Amino acid sequence: MSYTNPPTTPRKSAKFDDYTMSEIRRAAETGLYDIRGAGAKRKVPGLDDLLFLGASMSRYPLEGYREKCGTNVVLGSRFAQKPLELKVPITIAGMSFGSLSGNAKEALGRGATIAGTSTTTGDGGMTVEERGHSELLVYQYLPSRYGMNPDDLRKADAIEIVVGQGAKPGGGGMLLGQKISSRVAEMRTLPEGIDQRSACRHPDWTGPDDLAIKILELREITDWQKPIYIKVGGARPYYDTALAVKAGADVVVLDGMEGGTAATQEVFIEHVGQPTLACIRPAVDALQELGMHRKVQLILSGGIRNGADVAKALALGADAVSIGTAALVAIGDNDPKWEADYNTLGTTAGAYDDWHEGNDPAGISTQDPERAARLDPVAAGRRLANYLKVMTLEAQTIARACGKSHVHNLEPEDLVALSVESAAMARVPLAGTNWVPGRGQE
Amino acid sequence: MAFFDLQQKSLRELNAELHRQATLLRDGDSADTEWEIANPRGCHAVAVGLDGPLAVNIQGSVGYYCGGMNQSAEIRVAGSVGPGVGENMMSGSIRVTGDASQYAGATGRGGQLVIEGNASSRCGISMKGIDIIVRGDVGHMSAFMAQSGNLVVLGDAGDALGDSIYEAKLFVRGTVKSLGADCVKKEMREEHIAHLRGLLEAANISDVRAEDFRRYGSARNLYHFDVDNADNY
Repeated sequence: MSYTNPPTTPRKSAKFDDYTMSEIRRAAETGLYDIRGAGAKRKVPGLDDLLFLGASMSRYPLEGYREKCGTNVVLGSRFAQKPLELKVPITIAGMSFGSLSGNAKEALGRGATIAGTSTTTGDGGMTVEERGHSELLVYQYLPSRYGMNPDDLRKADAIEIVVGQGAKPGGGGMLLGQKISSRVAEMRTLPEGIDQRSACRHPDWTGPDDLAIKILELREITDWQKPIYIKVGGARPYYDTALAVKAGADVVVLDGMEGGTAATQEVFIEHVGQPTLACIRPAVDALQELGMHRKVQLILSGGIRNGADVAKALALGADAVSIGTAALVAIGDNDPKWEADYNTLGTTAGAYDDWHEGNDPAGISTQDPERAARLDPVAAGRRLANYLKVMTLEAQTIARACGKSHVHNLEPEDLVALSVESAAMARVPLAGTNWVPGRGQE
Repeated sequence: MAFFDLQQKSLRELNAELHRQATLLRDGDSADTEWEIANPRGCHAVAVGLDGPLAVNIQGSVGYYCGGMNQSAEIRVAGSVGPGVGENMMSGSIRVTGDASQYAGATGRGGQLVIEGNASSRCGISMKGIDIIVRGDVGHMSAFMAQSGNLVVLGDAGDALGDSIYEAKLFVRGTVKSLGADCVKKEMREEHIAHLRGLLEAANISDVRAEDFRRYGSARNLYHFDVDNADNY
């Protein structure tokens, strides 16, 4: 008796999906781990899993466009004689000249300045163009100390000591040879064209007690004028925040795993560090327990994309947010108008993340003069300013709907969560219930 | 000679005063250029961020980061120094009569740092152009990721000298316990002897011969990532 087995629909493994198998083949072929830019691409619980309740019988909304809703924020008021006063609670995160083109850095400075906020240097020092086009510039103090000099320290409006970043807590930087142009090499005191390895630890301090002395030194050098931020990746946010406060920070910058990088190992980006949502409440706990909430400001970063994200971060206790990837998208990164060029690189608009290779069709993550010339820094700066203003308007819209006269008046009580995980992380009730998972067990 | 007593006045007052004098000099005004600092008592961040040709004589031992980010000033410490002496200094000179703790001259970009005693671990870490001369020994991991400049050791060097070194030049008169990844012994040719002689003269050291030193530097094998070098990273 013959038996015919009817064909079933071909079924691919959830575990060994197309990407996973392509990565295994790539590793087997090259013997190298995969390096890329940007932040975590896997889905993790995030701010999208939260909703605002808005006004109701027991809450009184503010009239849109008529009743004021403040957005300003002062950063660095704890010790610094000259704290930063921003018009909007959204700053531009540290990104280096080297990883980004000069035009891209100029665009970020222009956009931030129009919007009334700050931008930040990166691993590689401060360029003249960047300082010139940024009214408020935060100078990153990194383990590599590339380009570090006291003149630039004094020219900065604030100093950000980078302990870690969300994309790679515990990892150093890397910039492959094709982006080490003569100017980049000179700024970093490195041979041109080499694969540059940045240190993951600071060379002259270890631990929070040493860091307190390092901060003393930086304050003495700058005559106690500049706010000092400490940036940490989303590793142990409660202890990292508490130790940053103890070490003497004016501001803590907390970067979750969705935060981007110019280049690091894929395995690092996707498997080290905690989601941004999971980082906020422990950090705010630390500040509140020390009596330092709103005295030491908390800047949250890692996957912030719109005014709803801004409002949710502030409602959970942050004083401001910082954007990196979103700012690059605003000035032209991954724009579909370069689709043909993305295709020649074996990718597509929206997925391009080989920022370390220096071939960016949009002229942003490159040191190639022809590609860099594709980005008009004036027009791109305007785009960034528009985007920052839209985000601010969106956050204000939500705040007014919740009856708040300042975006800082948003609070956890304004929120519910869509999933058990996000409810537990944000410590707000699961929508439709009064259940906050984990409450009483922390 | 102006006098400052750190037992009577604060560190903040000291650094503010030294910064003020450097500013006067830059503005072409008259200034007190020679300073005697008494009773440092292990204070951290003494004489940091100086930006002018001041001569600062510190009478006693200091803590962390003495002379940090120095520009043009000549600082002399009659005693020992804590970690990070002369960190990221740009120019000028620092001379320490005693010993130095960890990371002496870290990331220094210029100028001269002379340690008349011994220097602990990570001396010259990530150095970027500074000249460091140590009369005694240096500890482990010295010149780690050293990018540029010269480290001269009249005594011995500890483990892993010059690990992951870039283009800095290392000269050691005594023994080297071990070399770090990508650091190799190099031929000491006539031009290197002349170069070292200049470094010793600039440091007022005349009781040793440049010919007695060995030279170490980068093999440049790790400048481009290669999976077959993975064990060295």
